[in-house]
Amino acid sequence: MHEMSIAESVLQIIEDKARTDGYTRVNAVWLEIGQLAGVEKESLRFCFDVVTRDSVARDARLEIVETAGQGWCMECARSVAVSARYEPCPNCGGFQVEVTGGDEMRVKELEVE
Amino acid sequence: MMCMTCGCGKGQTLIGGHALARQREPGREMRYRIPQAVHEDQHQHATNQDKIDFGAGPAGTHAPGMSQSRMVRIERDILAKNNDYADQNRRYFSEHGIFALNLVSSPGSGKTTLLVKTIAALHGAQPLAVIEGDQQTDNDAARIRAAGAPALQINTGKGCHLDAHMVGEAMQRLDLKGDSLLLIENVGNLVCPAGFDLGEAHKVVIFSVTEGEDKPLKYPDMFRAADLMLLSKCDLLPHLDFDADLAVANARRINPQIGVIRVSATSGAGITEWLEWITAGCRNSATNRCIVGEFQEQL
Repeated sequence: MHEMSIAESVLQIIEDKARTDGYTRVNAVWLEIGQLAGVEKESLRFCFDVVTRDSVARDARLEIVETAGQGWCMECARSVAVSARYEPCPNCGGFQVEVTGGDEMRVKELEVE
Repeated sequence: MMCMTCGCGKGQTLIGGHALARQREPGREMRYRIPQAVHEDQHQHATNQDKIDFGAGPAGTHAPGMSQSRMVRIERDILAKNNDYADQNRRYFSEHGIFALNLVSSPGSGKTTLLVKTIAALHGAQPLAVIEGDQQTDNDAARIRAAGAPALQINTGKGCHLDAHMVGEAMQRLDLKGDSLLLIENVGNLVCPAGFDLGEAHKVVIFSVTEGEDKPLKYPDMFRAADLMLLSKCDLLPHLDFDADLAVANARRINPQIGVIRVSATSGAGITEWLEWITAGCRNSATNRCIVGEFQEQL
């Protein structure tokens, strides 16, 4: 995935919120990025620094909370850990695994002043 | 709405040859490409910084000696803006009994040929319209119109996918009857359209047998997002070294629930099953419209 665009979208959300809430400085940004969202964290950090330059979020600390991939195995009829979409079930080795979590990409919280 | 995948913008989007209306919340230009925007912005900020207002902090008050730094919960999905537009489209579709399909595939999989065949096979039995998405040219919409169905072309310019805002705009120009079928042919691209909900009932992925069996493994997001896979150009199977069962197994590995229909626009194989699937969907949408309508009357 293209982390530069994701960083731009994050900044847009921050700036929209800055306009409505009237803050002028963002010190830290918490993102929740699922393990299965296909985002390269280090690349996102680099891009975030580039796009936030000269914005309300300049020099803001970027905290990325990674959520674990989770799935429901239909064979085992239980929740299992999933590290990639096409991986087999760690229990039974089958591929009837429905991803139930770990694909989210959201801006969770900001520390502002 | 910029693409999260390849960074394309939407500055050159055309619908039926006309420029796209500005979004209600205009998307900002991409800063790292257009530095002038930064400077304009800073000038506006400068005027605000000429005054000091202790009540203007985010907390709305000022306590001496205390920093106004605080936490703001956002909980906003990074793709939320597109999803808001998609919700509006979905509501419109449901209120009007419209069954909308988002057809996605790599370029050259035979989407338009299959649509032309579908339109011919429906024999006008089902009111329908087509939205065609391509970077450039009106060629596909012209092919659909020649097949006898109303079609609107969206040219995405630099863009690599349709987004929900473009489709919402297109809907206002298409005079779509209630209980219609709406076929949205997305830009030929197996990556970016997966992340952009248009408000459709289903994504239908078209996977031609001239591609590799492992395409679902290479592009899992799209096969994951689709509810139905049409394995197209099946008339070519005898001439190819393509294992159709393996291709289907790979798709099910990514998405165990995906439906599969093997079709050929040339021989007509599987078209009946595909039409039955469409007709069942249209019936459902029409029934749901009645239920929604009655429910709203009761309110």
